[in-house]
Amino acid sequence: MSAPEATHRPGQALLSGLPREALLERLREMLRIRRFEERCAELYTQGKIHGFLHLCIGEEAVAVGAMRALRPEDNVVSTYREHGHALARGISAAAVMAEMFGKANGCSRGRGGSMHLFDAQHRFFGGHAIVGGGLPIAVGLALAARMRQEARVTCCFFGDGAVAEGVFHESLNLAALWRLPVLFLCENNLYAMGTHITRHQSQIDIARKAAAYGLPGQAVDGMAVLEVEEAARAAVAAVRAGEGPRLLEARTYRFRAHSMYDPELYRSREEVAQWKQRDPIDLLAGALRQADLLDDAALAQLEGEVAAEIDLAVAAAEAGPWEPVQDLLKDVHSPRFA
Amino acid sequence: MPKLGADMTVGTVVAWTRQPGEFVRRGDIVAQVDTDKGVIDIEVFATGVLEQILVLPGQTVPVGTPLATIRETGAPEERVPGAWAGPPPAEAGVAPQAPQAPPPPLPPPASAFGAGAVARAGHQPAASMAQPEPPGGMPVSAQGPPAAPARLRISPSARELARALGVDPAAVQGTGRGGAITREDIQRAAAQRAGALGRPRAEEAAAAGQPSAGAPATQQPAPGPSQAGPAQVAPPQLPPPQVAPPQAGPPQAGAPPTAAESPLAAAPMARGVQLPAEERAARMRQSIAAAMSRSKREIPHYYLGTTIDLHRAVTWLAAENERRTVTQRLLYGALLIKATALALRDFPELNGFYMDGRYKPNEAIHVGVAVSLRLGGLIAPALHHTDRLDLSTLMERLRGLVQRVRGGSLRGSELADPTITVTSLGEQGVELVLPVIYPPQVAIVGFGKVVERAWAVEGQVVVRPTITATLAADHRVSDGHRGALFLAAIDRLLQQPESL
Amino acid sequence: MPTTMTYREAVRAALAEALRSDERVLLMGEDVGRYGGAFACSRGLLEEFGPERVRDTPLSEATFVGAGIGAALGGMRPIVEIMTCNFALLALDQIVNHAAIMRHMSGGQFSVPLVIRMASGGGRRVAAQHSNSFEGWFARLPGVTVLAPATVQDARTMLRGALREPDPVLIFEHILLYPVQGEVDEQADTDIRRAAVRRPGRDVSLITYGGSLPKTLAAAEQLAAEGIEAEVIDLRCLRPLDTELFLDSVRRTHRAVVVDEAWYTGSLAAEISALIMERAFYDLDAPVARVCSAEVPLPYAGHLEDAALPQAAAIERTVKEMMAGHG
Repeated sequence: MSAPEATHRPGQALLSGLPREALLERLREMLRIRRFEERCAELYTQGKIHGFLHLCIGEEAVAVGAMRALRPEDNVVSTYREHGHALARGISAAAVMAEMFGKANGCSRGRGGSMHLFDAQHRFFGGHAIVGGGLPIAVGLALAARMRQEARVTCCFFGDGAVAEGVFHESLNLAALWRLPVLFLCENNLYAMGTHITRHQSQIDIARKAAAYGLPGQAVDGMAVLEVEEAARAAVAAVRAGEGPRLLEARTYRFRAHSMYDPELYRSREEVAQWKQRDPIDLLAGALRQADLLDDAALAQLEGEVAAEIDLAVAAAEAGPWEPVQDLLKDVHSPRFA
Repeated sequence: MPKLGADMTVGTVVAWTRQPGEFVRRGDIVAQVDTDKGVIDIEVFATGVLEQILVLPGQTVPVGTPLATIRETGAPEERVPGAWAGPPPAEAGVAPQAPQAPPPPLPPPASAFGAGAVARAGHQPAASMAQPEPPGGMPVSAQGPPAAPARLRISPSARELARALGVDPAAVQGTGRGGAITREDIQRAAAQRAGALGRPRAEEAAAAGQPSAGAPATQQPAPGPSQAGPAQVAPPQLPPPQVAPPQAGPPQAGAPPTAAESPLAAAPMARGVQLPAEERAARMRQSIAAAMSRSKREIPHYYLGTTIDLHRAVTWLAAENERRTVTQRLLYGALLIKATALALRDFPELNGFYMDGRYKPNEAIHVGVAVSLRLGGLIAPALHHTDRLDLSTLMERLRGLVQRVRGGSLRGSELADPTITVTSLGEQGVELVLPVIYPPQVAIVGFGKVVERAWAVEGQVVVRPTITATLAADHRVSDGHRGALFLAAIDRLLQQPESL
Repeated sequence: MPTTMTYREAVRAALAEALRSDERVLLMGEDVGRYGGAFACSRGLLEEFGPERVRDTPLSEATFVGAGIGAALGGMRPIVEIMTCNFALLALDQIVNHAAIMRHMSGGQFSVPLVIRMASGGGRRVAAQHSNSFEGWFARLPGVTVLAPATVQDARTMLRGALREPDPVLIFEHILLYPVQGEVDEQADTDIRRAAVRRPGRDVSLITYGGSLPKTLAAAEQLAAEGIEAEVIDLRCLRPLDTELFLDSVRRTHRAVVVDEAWYTGSLAAEISALIMERAFYDLDAPVARVCSAEVPLPYAGHLEDAALPQAAAIERTVKEMMAGHG
């Protein structure tokens, strides 16, 4: 499967409907994620960030588009490639960076790291590093919302790799059976780590799998932020209206390796280069320039703001405290009856 | 050499895709490095002129080794202040600075299963390699380093008992599985030796050591019915200051029988274990002094007393003892202890520990029974779960406790566990006891002697046996109102001796 | 006022009480509704509380356990029934990698107040796939509390304590206990973390839990007839262990036998034995002994299954061997 052709432009509705400030904000958010992750890569090679580091560079439009469709009271369940989701959800760059460093001021207090970002305030129920592991939890969050008669939608991110897990099918079935308010959002970047989707799926059109469970499924160009947003808004509205769950497949691509330690033996440089022609940041910036909504100065200003925020985030992470080792056993259990 | 994964330690430069003198931008690929996982492109995080290549193709270097230098030009906004460690500001290595020092090493793993996070010594490599030490810190081998010929098959508990009783285990014939020496073998050996020496009261040890056939119960240190008469073991008696054994030493070091009183003391003790008697007495006195000073310094005591009619209790006891053999007879002291324990069930504020600025009631009731030592000093070991013991068991345990105080074979838990103390000084002839709380306990109950008093019953003056019970309790935890109810509850229970 | 009921009825009464007293409580699992529960533990609850709160689920263990986690995160107090612990393996990822660790991995932000009940154990002639005892596996997990109610009283009241826990609680109900009758004090509250002395004794400590308790008590009765007084300890809570209670017992008796229906290797019995070794070594008068299941998948044929499982006779024999040479 190659990159979807950008022949139709459903995102045009938003492009014409949103004020310039709102459009620049979406561009800024994608830049923020991109630059943040580039800095992460650098810090990783310096030994500041440890463990696994999975970058979502190339996939920023999915995170930004989807989050714009959600409200603060909604729930988000995410994967191990979730820096973009966390940042777009509103978790501060400093809290995420400090978590990468393993510091006590990280959003998971240094207990989670890159793959396990959590934030109660933003109802961000985790980066989960067991592929597919978050799906049943999202179903349960939606069940709670339904039983408590809360108008929350639960948005659950997962990759194309997760579609091969049993819990994907179980979760879609249960959510559809109980008509629970979940948006299943598949970030299809074509690779389950290094295995191309044609090598792990008999049916590579993921959106169509929804039909097996009787829920609507839709695919969208995951490189076009406004298209993602538009599709997500429609899906979320239906879910919130009580029409049951939806499956949205965003077709995207990661430009960088699966993790830092990956020689990318499984794909060609040409393929990567071809996808980079459809860089989501360039696509939006180009469209904005065409519409005379963006010039070099404005872009430079956005870059400057983003760089400044990331500098501050790194400084906060550097300066953050290590949790004292005597607190090692903290938070294994709740303080009883607290 | 950039670190690209947690498990990457070295890398081999395969090729340089950019040459010295070339201008490189942040993000450019400058080289390829072969790793355990395959060839990976190396990008640079600085913009400038690639000045010098330090590691040539084919060379393998550890992560952290500089691969090349870049002279930065322009693009100041892309510089990360302090990102590079070594080179001067104008020169930046492609390789990263040394990784930041990690947080200090972890402590040894704490208990995974236990309720508390108590570190288990066995999980610490150092401890597991060292020869384990018994509680109390005594060396395992009193004989010095083992140049041992054949290792003795002896249970750990029997080894401890042998040390306490001064028995040489090498001379004991084991009867346990595979010929292992058990506690019982040690007790028997001690008793036989005592018998051979013909000392008085040898029958006590013999009773403990010679089980009747088919009576495994005698595995208990002193479970069997003692031949010792009631007058010898009870009621427990001791002076008011309640105190623990010396904290530094194991029980046997703190509760030594004198040579004149104990048949066992005449036997050779395991070398290096026993202190001279005076030294032991001095240590015990020191620890009593420390505990009692702390008690009087920290605990705001309040005192209450009441006189209790023992008529029913004494009458019932006499009838009950008629039915019992001499060795099974109950002493009224057992009734007092049981009544105290039962009353405590409704007064958690008197049964527990005050530690670290707060009170922790203890669910289980372990009454410590003060036993005075003939050498001076005293010990108040616990009768575990006192409230759940029937009178016969309580009496038996009480006898065992007194015996073991004198035999020096108390267990650590017996000394550490009391949740309250009972002291009785009636044998010494006093009527009123005003005891001092043994911290971190929060209460102590005292009993004086049984006195026949003129007592008004339904308008008539009659003569009744009476006893004065006193309570000293910690005012930080309880108030006089509750204390009074507690003493009243003891009184009430003693009026129904059959239900004890 | 004590009343008499079966273990099964006690579980049902406890579930009903939970649903009645807290509207956040819901029960879900395979056949808990219409069918009334595979072991009839939830019969009548659908009728009383309706399909919103008593939910039949598809045969999707991973997903309905995960949904329990999510519901707990979302403010409910779900009780998930996994029919037997054998099927819990299908939900292992959700229990081990999610429920148990989420609080810790989120830096204390997200607790998972989830109760998972499951039947466990062998002895019903249903062969290896339905007869496992996996309590010990789960008791290895930091972050969870593991309970094994062995008496009718505990079946009735432990759930109340479990629902008060802010973190995941796994309850293992031994299959052979369901028809057992016993007296229950409905009002009695029980501290779920305490072990209990079910029979006092002075000669040897028999440490056990769950379905092995009746066998162990039977063995203790036999031993008493021969003059050996065994103390029987019911662990009740397998994590965290009430270590002090059994150590205290061993320090009094100087001997310990651990009875555990799981296999010997890597069992809870092994852990208890290690704890005794570490903390009561010098009180021991004999090596700690274990009576566990033979290292074999439980066979179908009755005589073979009986031979594989711990039985009262084996417990008795083990104690006597331990006491050999002691009168």
